Amino acid sequence: MDASETILSVKDLRVRFRTLDGVVEAVKGINIHVNAGETVAVVGESGSGKSQTMMAAMSLLASNGEATGVVDYRGRNLLTLSKSELNQVRGRRISMIFQEPMTSLDPLYSIGNQLIEPIRRHRGLGAAQAREEALKLLRLVYIPDPERRMKSYPHELSGGQRQRVMIAMALANDPDILIADEPTTALDLTIQAQILMLLAELQRKLGMAIVFITHDLGIVRRLADRVYVMRYGEVVEEGEAEAIFVNPQHAYTKMLLAAEPTGIKAPPPPNAPVLLEGRNVEVTFKIGGGFLAGEPLILRAVDHISIRLKRNQTIGIVGESGSGKSTLGRALLRLLPSDGLIRFGDRDISAADRQAMRPLRRELQLVFQDPFGSLSPRMTVGQVITEGLLVHEPILSGRQRDLRAVEALREVGLDPNARNRYPHEFSGGQRQRIAIARAMILKPKVVVLDEPTSALDRSVQKQIVELLRKLQADHELSYLFISHDLAVVRAMADYIIVMKQGKIVEEGPTEAIFSNPQATYTQTLMAAAIDVTRFRLSA
Amino acid sequence: MTDIVATAPAVVGRSLWGDAWARLKANRAAMFSLYYLAFIAILSVFGPSLVPHRYTTIYADYVRMPPSLSAYPKPDKIETALNEAIKRMRVDIKQWRQEDNRIFVTVTSHKPIDDRNVRYLDRSDAFDNTKIESKSADGLEAVMSASIRQQYFLFGTDNTGRDLLSRTLMAGRISLAIGLLAGVVAGVIGVLYGAAAGLAGGKVDEVMMRIVDVLYSLPFIFFVIMLVVFFGRNFVLMFLAVGAVLWLDMARIVRGQALSIRRQEYVQAAEAMGVGQRGILIRHVIPNLLGPVVIYMTLLVPQVIILESFLSFLGLGVQEPMTSWGVLISTGSKNIGTANWLLLFPAFFLVSTLFALNFVGDGLRDALDPRDR
Repeated sequence: MDASETILSVKDLRVRFRTLDGVVEAVKGINIHVNAGETVAVVGESGSGKSQTMMAAMSLLASNGEATGVVDYRGRNLLTLSKSELNQVRGRRISMIFQEPMTSLDPLYSIGNQLIEPIRRHRGLGAAQAREEALKLLRLVYIPDPERRMKSYPHELSGGQRQRVMIAMALANDPDILIADEPTTALDLTIQAQILMLLAELQRKLGMAIVFITHDLGIVRRLADRVYVMRYGEVVEEGEAEAIFVNPQHAYTKMLLAAEPTGIKAPPPPNAPVLLEGRNVEVTFKIGGGFLAGEPLILRAVDHISIRLKRNQTIGIVGESGSGKSTLGRALLRLLPSDGLIRFGDRDISAADRQAMRPLRRELQLVFQDPFGSLSPRMTVGQVITEGLLVHEPILSGRQRDLRAVEALREVGLDPNARNRYPHEFSGGQRQRIAIARAMILKPKVVVLDEPTSALDRSVQKQIVELLRKLQADHELSYLFISHDLAVVRAMADYIIVMKQGKIVEEGPTEAIFSNPQATYTQTLMAAAIDVTRFRLSA
Repeated sequence: MTDIVATAPAVVGRSLWGDAWARLKANRAAMFSLYYLAFIAILSVFGPSLVPHRYTTIYADYVRMPPSLSAYPKPDKIETALNEAIKRMRVDIKQWRQEDNRIFVTVTSHKPIDDRNVRYLDRSDAFDNTKIESKSADGLEAVMSASIRQQYFLFGTDNTGRDLLSRTLMAGRISLAIGLLAGVVAGVIGVLYGAAAGLAGGKVDEVMMRIVDVLYSLPFIFFVIMLVVFFGRNFVLMFLAVGAVLWLDMARIVRGQALSIRRQEYVQAAEAMGVGQRGILIRHVIPNLLGPVVIYMTLLVPQVIILESFLSFLGLGVQEPMTSWGVLISTGSKNIGTANWLLLFPAFFLVSTLFALNFVGDGLRDALDPRDR
């Protein structure tokens, strides 16, 4: 295949959505082209229109959207094709993988069925032949024990395996172009690295072009040949990947590149008092069991963990999903029943019930990962923020509460007018600020931050990290910072605990862990996060 | 995933309810249905007192009159009505003529004519305001005059000669009242029961839901017949019977919603802040429940109206002379061959109201469902 041949070119593409507030233009006349066999990355933060560009090209827009312009695939304008003509291209010549592998697979059909069906339809093969093809594909994406996996259902696979199956399905018809829309965002770091490595290898073997839609510049650097940077529905910069990283032209690209959180947190003085302490904390969940269901399965989510949080200290708890890090955070706040000793200040709170915990709640706050789910959609921001005051300072008048809300919003860098509006009118980063304001208004001593930056764009992450550090310095707060993102943890924490399957794998001061990780698991994590070598060169 | 930021909004935010209202307004079928329902409701509430006929008045002369835009009695029927009335006076008609809206009739008899005979003419539904104009010296001949009573029966009359228009409107009053009240009764019981079960969770929830299952398995008609046998037919009983059965669905829906809201992060956040159960119920669970409850209510009301109609159709519902759409349709269906208007008008009102309610329910579901955003 001629490497310089342009197989997909998008010319002056515009995407509009009709909404209640009038027409919103999500993509404003962009030009993109993809050559055969190359990897193109479309980079941008949420709302930049990068996904809508590809959705429009594949005619997958929501019903209130419309696209104008030209999407030329080998001389055919995809925007004007009829549905049946489009299906000749879509799924065959151009295929797509999505962010969330759980919802993209049909839970009612086995993996084998879902693979065989499109192969038979598109290529007209017999059942036995199609089965052979499907097995070959599963081997291609390194699914262990493919014969057995053919009979499995999606819920029996892990997230990474599901994404591998999705890739196998996308490759079933030997496409020219594979569009990958944030394919690794929902996965753990080490799995992300494996999937990206797989994609790079497949491209080398099969020679298709890959269009990568992502907000993660790390991926782009390791995988892409050319990059388009999008913002507000426009392409602000394009060029060779290396050139963009070494010598960015546009201010926005520079901002994106500099968005990695920086700085370190100095440890508290050694004589600082211990605020929150857990000794041999253990949390178990019973799964199943009951009167007729037999013995329940006991799952030990947190397995004998001890932790000492001093005043003004930030402990970073690192681990992949399912490692029990969130469970530990909640157990320490007595939001989950647990065994072992938990002390707050000089009080033993391991046996405190709901009633006894209530007065302590104002000093022990929690900020959640998902800024969309953690704010009640029916309350104004002002009501959300001041709810804690109703409990802990019931003598305040409505006016005084309002003043406190204004103060809290100013402190987290939001316009105080925001208190009359509703959460759904704000962006992710603003909502996370609201959630932080809700915790801060009570003037707590300890805040558990459960992945507070994971759902946010990089540049917004940086702002939130800076805000949290400022608040810590102003109020001598102690943080328990739970995250899987090592770059953020490095900037936030002075002490790190690495967790795996409910146990502590390694712990120590941040710099020691980063410069000299001892456990192999920590080393793997570091390699997945920090390494910037290109997959194509290394693979 | 793309979150498109629209133009900067004013300082006062638009709540989800405001948002839903804007979406509902864009839905033409739902808005039209809403206006139509308001129209029917106003008609049913004020109509019966504006219509010239009371829904209980029996016009013996106008049994099963077809609907007509012109007034009764029709010109060709005046003579028949006159003959009937005169016959009751036991006198003979010598001659009669009509001048504008009054008739003049000359009657003769063998015996002297009593002045009180005029009431026979008044008694007829066709005439009014009868006077003796002149009398012969021997009293055997008299000239009487009477004005013709102009009566409009736009929807015709029923088997006993009652105006169908006023009866249909009255029936609407009853049907809508039962629909609304029993709907509210079922809704309130269902929301309280379901929210309590969902919030309590665990064993309490288990037991409460098994009770619902047991009630589900009771045959409804059997239950109503029992109530009627023990307490006699009664308007209030209708609410009880219908409400007692329909809250079960509501309880299930609300319980499911409460369970899922209970696990939302904003509820956990409130718990982490030390908010008590009551605060969580009032500030978080109930406001977030209201969407599905409102939707289900609009679907519950037609269900109640249909149930009431069904019961009345079987003869277990409201009693004569009070009426409801179900009662009217039941009588109408027995006269479908000879007097089809008895079925058509009430059926049109019932069906169009149910349609409108369903459209509004669908519109609300689309407007309140945040997933469709």
